[in-house]
Amino acid sequence: MAEFIAYLIAGIATGSIYALAAIGFTLVWQTSQTINFAQGEFVMLPAVLILLAVKLFGLPLWAGGLIGIAVFLLIFGAGFKFIVVDPMIKHGVLPLAIATMALSIIMKEGAKDGFSAEAQSFPSLVPTDMVNLLGAAISLQHVAIIVVAFAAIGLLQWFVGGTKLGRQMQATAQNPTVARILGIPVERMVLLTFLLNAALAVVASLLISPIYLAKFSNGETIGLFAFIAAIVGGFNQIRGALVGGLLIGVADSLAAAYVSTQYRMAVPLILLVAIILIKPEGLMGRKEERRV
Amino acid sequence: MSPVLEVHDLHKAFGGIKAVDGVSFSVREGEILGIIGPNGCGKSTLFNCILGQLEPTEGAVKLDGRDVTRMRPSDLNRLGVSRTFQLLQVFPELSVRENLILAGQEHQGSMLGRLFGARDAGLSDKAEQMIGFFKLGHLAEAKAGGLSYGQQKLLDAAMAFMAGPRLVLLDEPAGGVNLTMLGDLKERLRAINAEQGATFVVIEHNMDFVMSLCSRVIVLAEGQVLAEGTPAEVRADPAVIEAYLGH
Amino acid sequence: MTAPAFESPVTARRRPARRIDGALIALPIGAAILWFAPVGMGRYGTYVLSLWLVMSIGVMGLNLTLGYAGQTSLAQAAFIGLGAYTTAILTTKWGVSWYAAFGISGLFTFCVGILLGFPALRVRTHYLAFVTLAFSTLVWLLLRNEQWLTGGAFGISNIDRPSFFGIKLFGALEFHRFVVAVTLILSLVLWWLVRSPWGRAFTALRENPVRAASLGIDTRAYTLLAFAIGSAYGGFAGSLFAPLVEFIDPSPFTLSQSLFLLLMVVAGGSGYFFGPFVGALLGVVLPEWLRFAGSLYLIIFATIVLALLIICPQGVSGLIERCWAALRRSFGRKAGGTP
Repeated sequence: MAEFIAYLIAGIATGSIYALAAIGFTLVWQTSQTINFAQGEFVMLPAVLILLAVKLFGLPLWAGGLIGIAVFLLIFGAGFKFIVVDPMIKHGVLPLAIATMALSIIMKEGAKDGFSAEAQSFPSLVPTDMVNLLGAAISLQHVAIIVVAFAAIGLLQWFVGGTKLGRQMQATAQNPTVARILGIPVERMVLLTFLLNAALAVVASLLISPIYLAKFSNGETIGLFAFIAAIVGGFNQIRGALVGGLLIGVADSLAAAYVSTQYRMAVPLILLVAIILIKPEGLMGRKEERRV
Repeated sequence: MSPVLEVHDLHKAFGGIKAVDGVSFSVREGEILGIIGPNGCGKSTLFNCILGQLEPTEGAVKLDGRDVTRMRPSDLNRLGVSRTFQLLQVFPELSVRENLILAGQEHQGSMLGRLFGARDAGLSDKAEQMIGFFKLGHLAEAKAGGLSYGQQKLLDAAMAFMAGPRLVLLDEPAGGVNLTMLGDLKERLRAINAEQGATFVVIEHNMDFVMSLCSRVIVLAEGQVLAEGTPAEVRADPAVIEAYLGH
Repeated sequence: MTAPAFESPVTARRRPARRIDGALIALPIGAAILWFAPVGMGRYGTYVLSLWLVMSIGVMGLNLTLGYAGQTSLAQAAFIGLGAYTTAILTTKWGVSWYAAFGISGLFTFCVGILLGFPALRVRTHYLAFVTLAFSTLVWLLLRNEQWLTGGAFGISNIDRPSFFGIKLFGALEFHRFVVAVTLILSLVLWWLVRSPWGRAFTALRENPVRAASLGIDTRAYTLLAFAIGSAYGGFAGSLFAPLVEFIDPSPFTLSQSLFLLLMVVAGGSGYFFGPFVGALLGVVLPEWLRFAGSLYLIIFATIVLALLIICPQGVSGLIERCWAALRRSFGRKAGGTP
């Protein structure tokens, strides 16, 4: 039982990180019909950029952090929108999705060649001691991750629901055409969404890299889980992505503990298939009218 | 003889909004029935319910006495019901001829026959006839996407007739068509109704078009039948005038 | 119902040859060129050409599913893997002839496609993408873990190449010619499928599923068929892949590879008949050419694809079409007439 709690908390921790990635993924999809196959690499790269800045310029961590984050937000927030998404969006969903696939390869290989093919340790910004809770050895790091991630999500929720800018962005995400009619500057809202996605990826990166180390190939699993979390959640922005992320995180963690390591990956996937077949609009999605 | 189409007490609600609120009517064979009403009266929703695009919340639709309420559009089509669309729905990358062959190919033969049989599914002649009838001759090989709006409307109508349907539902056929083409369209529709004995149901905004084409008219307002009768009767009905002027 | 009496007489006009009929000529010519091309190329060059053709078959299948029927499958590499392993197991462990194994691989992957697609399509058409996503990884896990059947991470080795009426095809050139022949046959079958009323229905499905349904087209049945046939082509590709590389393990059949195949379809030109050949050229041959750039070759490759898509989302085929149209317009003007 004690072990179970530990695994559960670990699952909630990683799940909340997946949720961050899933939220960004969903936001970008809703505002601009972009399926970002590079989302995993978006979570992998900030940590790598920070370490690179520290290594190249011999800077202290906080300075490297600022530079890395700024560069990332600029290139993969704004740059991503203007260079990749804008020219392609009018040609349909799939070519753009494939373009993000190409982008993910570039990011992955770029990290491998430009930085390192080996996993590098990344300093944790949260305490890493173990605590005893109900007889279980709980990692404080996990608890801290949960706190930080939820705080970030809470902040986002407040922004979206409580500020004018946030509400405009929300409207753009739900229905860009109507938003335009209402006089909302849709272009700027879309840019905001991309910047938010990049910011969420940065937070996720800072939280997950201390645990899994900074390695160029980290993006694959994270991207897949973020994608699954978004689908399971029903592409319903914050609540849905959060539920989806936590579910996937916990399922994966428990699978690692109780199911054979060989078939660990199968559990989130089976969960995905089950949900699609039982509740196709996702756990928190809206049911659509039959059209054909 | 049972009517071709019967609609019994049809209801369709979207959440709290009652788009169709208890509509009943029937259509006799060979009739041209018009359904008119101010914007938002539920005409298109009614159409979509009849055709299986939407599931009605209550009520029944019968074709030749047979309940077809929850049938899929493709199955309904194979029973002899076709439609034209308000927003143009031709296949832009295919030629006019290919569009027509496509419109008819699922109505004959079997799935396997379509795999191993003739490329044109034996429909070249019929397509040729349609092209001639709707005066699209010079455009037969052109990509449908390149046609003018009015020409696409004619193609849309031609496609609806390729399968020799029993019942045709026309969704705002006159929308966006210029006056000369409108006259042609009306004349062609009347001709084909006489030739094939097909039954029509037409939704339209264009009052003149409806009144001159249809033998009977139903007026909808706020999801319910407001009036029913010949064009002359309906035009003179005070409730109808009120409904239109009131909006 | 009597036929209407129309005004204009019926004319039995033969349809002019359209673009895709050019394929009937281009395919055998291409095959002939490829038959002789590797003479003088080393063993490795010949191998790359064969690999290109085998991958083209897999991409062709995905192009049918995606480019013609408009469905996204994220499991094509898994189907190739299923075909490869089926053939490898049948030929090496049970002594079945390659030809029978080829047929069985195709049939097996077709059936798997139907089984997989059927429940997914009853739900909502674009959920096929998600189900194939899950399927892809599950297949890879099975291939890697079930050592008793698949050899696990160690794979299956010493896969023999078939012989053709007694002619041994073990050499690179001989087997390459065999691959050319099989590719030609499969391409012709696909060409004929696309021209048939089924092909017309597939196109309608992609362009306008709502309209298609209103014309009596059973969208679910056709979508399922397109997906199953596309997957079967993956199986056929795998069946050729196994004897080509003579040793298989699960690594070429991952989800990443499925995504890469999608990339090849789109980069080559989704929905174009020859798109897959171009796409596979980009995906298989281009990286080989770029090997001189050392470890950077993958970045250069991805950048080329990214740039290509930004310029022309219809891929290389679309680009060629645009250039061709521009050329014709300029010639039309030169000739003095209106284009």
